Formats: sequence, C-alpha cells, structure tokens
Amino acid sequence: MIIYGTALLAACHLLGIFLGDLLGQALGVKTNVGGVGIAMLLLIFARLYMHRKNILPKLTELGVEYWGAMYIPVVVAMAAQQDMVAALRGGPVALLSAFGAVAVCAVTIAAINRGERKMPEPEPDDSHANPLVVQE
Amino acid sequence: MIIEILEKAAAANGLVTAFAVVGAIVLLSGFLSRKLTFGRVHGSAIAILIGLALAYWGGTKTGGHKGLADLSLFGGIGLMGGAMLRDFAIVATAFEVQATEAKRAGLIGAVALLLGTLLPFVVGASVAWSMGYSDAVSMTTIGAGAVTYIVGPVTGAAIGATSDVMALSIATGLVKAIMVMVGTPIAARFLGLQTPRSAMVFGGLAGTVSGVSAGLAATDRRLVPYGALVATFHTGLGCLLGPSVLFFATKAVVG
Repeated sequence: MIIYGTALLAACHLLGIFLGDLLGQALGVKTNVGGVGIAMLLLIFARLYMHRKNILPKLTELGVEYWGAMYIPVVVAMAAQQDMVAALRGGPVALLSAFGAVAVCAVTIAAINRGERKMPEPEPDDSHANPLVVQE
Repeated sequence: MIIEILEKAAAANGLVTAFAVVGAIVLLSGFLSRKLTFGRVHGSAIAILIGLALAYWGGTKTGGHKGLADLSLFGGIGLMGGAMLRDFAIVATAFEVQATEAKRAGLIGAVALLLGTLLPFVVGASVAWSMGYSDAVSMTTIGAGAVTYIVGPVTGAAIGATSDVMALSIATGLVKAIMVMVGTPIAARFLGLQTPRSAMVFGGLAGTVSGVSAGLAATDRRLVPYGALVATFHTGLGCLLGPSVLFFATKAVVG
C-alpha cells in the first residue's frame, strides 16, 4: 500500500530530526545538527535492508518517490517566500560579503572537482532513478 | 461577486491553491525554457527565478518577511515551501542515493563542509571589518551570516550582537542563498558539477540548504540528494563553531 512508503518516509524524517535535536543538545548548541541528513541516511539504510529482505513492493516505493518528485515544486514555493526585500535592502556590506563568500567557495569547489580522478565515468546509473521524474 | 467567491475558495484552501499556483509557474517556465532559450536554461531555474520575483513583489506589497506567502490568498505557499514539506521532500530524494557513491565521497564531503564554514566566515568578517564593523562581536555575527542566514542570528544572539548587525547578518545569508540559487546552473560547468562526488563537494562548500537544493534542482535533478545530504549538516556545524571557536579566534585577532 502506498501509505506504507509515505509512513516509512515520515518515520525516518521524525527520527532523524529527533536525533539531530539530541545531537544539538549534547553539543550544547540551540539548533538541530544534521537532522535532515541523518533522516536521509536512515532512509537509505531502510531501503537497502527492505530491498534485501524483499519487503519493498513497488507501491511502497511509490509512496516515497511521489514526495521525491514533488521536490522541485516545493523548492519553487520556497523561493516564492524568501525575504527578497530584506536581502536587497542589506546594502553593500551584505552584498559584498555574500558575493565574496560565494566567489571564494566557487573557486574552491572548482579546484576540488577538477582534482577528481577522471575514471571512465559510468553514465549515471539510472537503476535508482525516480521513475516519477522525467528527465527533460 | 464571482471574484469574491473565488478568492474565498482559494484562501480557505491554501495548500491546494499553492499546488495550483506552483503548477502554473512550472508550466509557464517549461514553456519559456523551450521557446525563449531553446532548452538551454533549465525550466526549474526559470521557475525558481519567477518564485523569487513573486517573493519580491509580495514583500513590497505587504511589507512582511515571507514574500508571496504574506498575501492571504497565497498563504498556502508558506506551508508548501516551508521547512516541514521542504525537508520531507529532501529526505524523500535520499531514496535515489546509491550508497556506494555516497560512501566513496564521504571524507571529501566532510572536508568541504569544514571549508564551507571557514571560508565564508573569513570573507564575511573581513568585509565587515573593512566597512567599519571592527569589533569582534559584529565581525563574528556578519561572518556567521555569510555561512548561512540561520547561523548568523543564532551566533549573534549567543554573543550579544546589536539588532542592526543581526539584520545585516541575516541579509548577508539571504543574498548568499539567492546568489547560489541563481548562479549554480550558470556556473555548473565551471564548478565541475557532474558526478555525485562533485555534488557532495558543492553541498559542503556552498552551504545553505535552500541555496544548494534550489541550485542543484535547476542544474541536474539527479544530483540533488547528494548535495542535500552534506548541506543539511552545514547549519548545525556553523551554529556549533560560530559562537565558540570562530568568535574566540576573531577576538584573538582584533582584540
């Protein structure tokens, strides 16, 4: 049933946020530390485990994949509620420090990624690809 | 009268209205992508730009802080694009991660994450210093804002920054997130964004979940989970280092 997939996703999400909050408490910061990342790891492991045990029918997968496919629309909605006015009003300090940070990071990313060993790159294997996302 | 009834129906069904509005934006941007740019600019990139433009319009119209979501008619946008559904959808993309790829890039991802906190901080704090914010508290707060717009105010609150410096710090983080959203698809080739490993490096260094998630979405949807996996640790690490190590280091440098 499709709800099993969505419920699995929800359980991983909640457990991840909970563990992230615990980690934040333990480190003494007033924020969640990597909750979403932990939730993603839990979901990866859950998928591997259930796949091996053969308890992951297609419909259950679809319950997760629907939300993965809704990702871009959700990001568009997120963009539509950014505080653009405040960002543009920040003036030269905000603009300069943001631009400087982005530029320095971009150069570093490029440097690290250029150094990646060029092994015969296997075309991105689509066996894991979300069937609900059409590549245009 | 018809318009009034329609408005009432839309406002009372916020999330459903948001689905319809976002669907229309995505449809329009797909059309613009094909007809105006012949597919060279990704439809998602245009959709995100339209979203940002609408956010600006909403912000000037209402004077609020949540862009389009401050208009009662579009309140559902706030729910659809809010932290809850955003994180839910991000976690769902992990279903597409190939564990072997993620493991192979684990270490470089962690290095990128650390650099992604240190470099923006140093740049932000230096700019703040050169613009006359030369006390350690202001420098740290603005530098932390250059990490992400959540790290900024969390750090500022912890070390007692003034409210105008906090606002500046949040603005810095917002500008950075928007630059990453808009700039990533343009710079994708320069950044070498092709493999899962490169996406994890990007996620660690570019920071800000919103910037990374939107930037990768507009570049190659398949890279999203790898970048997001690393980027979600960004805010936590920043909030950990900002008010502690980075603040003490700044204080040691400027006195």
